[in-house]
Amino acid sequence: MQKDSKPSTGPSERIGCAGFAILAVVGCAHCAGNAQRADGIIAIGGDITEIVYELGAGDRIRAVDTTSVFPPEALESKPNVGYMRQLSPEGVLSVGARHVLASEGAGPPETVAALQASSLDYVVIPDDPSPEGIAEKVRAVAAALGEEAKGEELAARVSTRLERLAHARSRIEGPPVRVLFVLAVRNGRAIVGGEGTSAEAVIELAGGVNAVTGVVDYRPLGDEALVALAPDAILTMRRRGGSSHTLEELDSLAGIRSTPAARHGRMYTMDGQRLLGFGPRTPDAAAELMDLLYGPGQ
Amino acid sequence: MSPAAPWPLAGSLRPPRAMPRRPSGTVLLVVSPCVLAATMITSLAVGPTGISLDALPAVLWAMAGGTVDAEVATERLVLVDLRLPRTLIGLFVGASLALAGAMMQGMFRNPLADPGLIGVSAGAALAAISTIALSDTVLSFWPAIFGIHALPVAAFLGGLATTFLLVLVANRSGGLMIGTLLLAGIAFGALANAGSGLLAYLSNGRELRDLTLWSLGSLSGANWDKVTAVVPFALLLAVFTPAMVRALNGLLLGEAEAFHLGIHVERAKRILVTLTAAAVGAAVAVAGVIGFVGIVVPHFARLLTGPDHRFVLPASALFGGVIVLAADVIARIIVQPAELPIGIVMAGIGAPVFLHLVLRRGV
Repeated sequence: MQKDSKPSTGPSERIGCAGFAILAVVGCAHCAGNAQRADGIIAIGGDITEIVYELGAGDRIRAVDTTSVFPPEALESKPNVGYMRQLSPEGVLSVGARHVLASEGAGPPETVAALQASSLDYVVIPDDPSPEGIAEKVRAVAAALGEEAKGEELAARVSTRLERLAHARSRIEGPPVRVLFVLAVRNGRAIVGGEGTSAEAVIELAGGVNAVTGVVDYRPLGDEALVALAPDAILTMRRRGGSSHTLEELDSLAGIRSTPAARHGRMYTMDGQRLLGFGPRTPDAAAELMDLLYGPGQ
Repeated sequence: MSPAAPWPLAGSLRPPRAMPRRPSGTVLLVVSPCVLAATMITSLAVGPTGISLDALPAVLWAMAGGTVDAEVATERLVLVDLRLPRTLIGLFVGASLALAGAMMQGMFRNPLADPGLIGVSAGAALAAISTIALSDTVLSFWPAIFGIHALPVAAFLGGLATTFLLVLVANRSGGLMIGTLLLAGIAFGALANAGSGLLAYLSNGRELRDLTLWSLGSLSGANWDKVTAVVPFALLLAVFTPAMVRALNGLLLGEAEAFHLGIHVERAKRILVTLTAAAVGAAVAVAGVIGFVGIVVPHFARLLTGPDHRFVLPASALFGGVIVLAADVIARIIVQPAELPIGIVMAGIGAPVFLHLVLRRGV
């Protein structure tokens, strides 16, 4: 196709040339995409993308899913295979990477089954929202990347910071702060983090206790139930790229306005993926939350 | 016996007054299978991997026992295990939903009768969601009995129960009360949706997410298990639907008239209810709730062929398959490597086309 780009005069010829050039470029890009890169990976899950970058293997990522919001360059520079629970088998295959590192929450099950039956190396990374879970996750990702040494190093770094956090936690005086986590406000109802959520886990890491008891998973609660919870502090999250009005929306809920948290102005917002992702940034996020709850210097 | 409802759109069930340049049914029945075949081939040949039918010889050779390398294995997976079942499921879902719509509209002599609108899809979805959410506890015996057919059979029974209840309610005062039917259908749909919502609320974590995604409707989960699961339903429809043409045409005139034509009206209605439930139930079980096809495609078919069910039924099945497959092809390539929900594509393309046809006909 190179010989087509000889100097030409007529406009139609020039357009033709440009067309050929575009076709050639697109074609090559396509071929490159289809060639199965021996070390190429697809990261499915925001925490997994984070860990891959942290292990210095970000340039091996060929595609990510929509939850991979950190670091921001991941979604900006890599193809997006869609939401992690709505993957299309052919879409994932079309990326042309050899390895898939997928969170255990990836789906739907039919897609996962089809990908596991394919020639791809599909690795399920456990997702346990606990301090031990982070190290386990880091080691699993590192093993799949063949970067065990770096993985041990990162896991150790995370553990050290978690130990420091535990030490700070042990020095907290007085009763623990009862924290209500609000994921979002929908139809005038706050969706709160109940038992077993990663929100509860990170609140406990920060030395607080979850104000929500007797409710499992993320659930909408009405105004009256919010009054009854009487949380000391309220925590919300913002999504990267989207401005969050959750705090203002919360203020408009009668049930929130009468809580001790609102009366004392103890309503906080943190970055969603950093707060709930249970990746390498979790100890820092928990430490920041601890500062918010108990004042800096704990 | 109430005559056909005097609503503007009801005209589409009677012979249209002046239909400009309507192609004859016979011509349509020759042309549309060609269109369907072309759509199916496109559905097999197009996808984000860029693998196309030129890979087919190597794949067939490999399946016949020839040499297999990694590339051929991937091509085989994409063509034979992903796109082929997806195409077959799309064809089945489109055809059966459109057939169900055509049969319901004919049986109830109402242009708005649609399995989605009058709650049959919702009932089928509720039954299917129940089997998913409760299969570990209360309904654990169900998958044990039916295996891979557990979901379609449950959805079929859910659809059947809803349709049966509808007919029972609407038939209370002797004749089939169309107004009662539609309103009762909307009530049943709301109840079934409430049931599904309750189950989604009660189940937690992973389960909940599967339920909500599943109720959106999609073909991307198609695999050979699902194809095997719908085969009995496809056979049932293929065998019994043609036998209902005479009854449906008789019912066009009204139930009393159909009776005087020698049609066993009650038996015909029972068979139609069963067939509709089978079609909707199986479609919902493998692809979730997909709207639009059931109500629009039969009207589309009638606009092109006239009201004779000899043509309306096969044309509905063909067009239903074509529109679902075409929408699916677009859904899977337009935002690749991700995928768009098929309902968005279908309504986005189908609704303007349908509106154009309705306006041109000047009802």
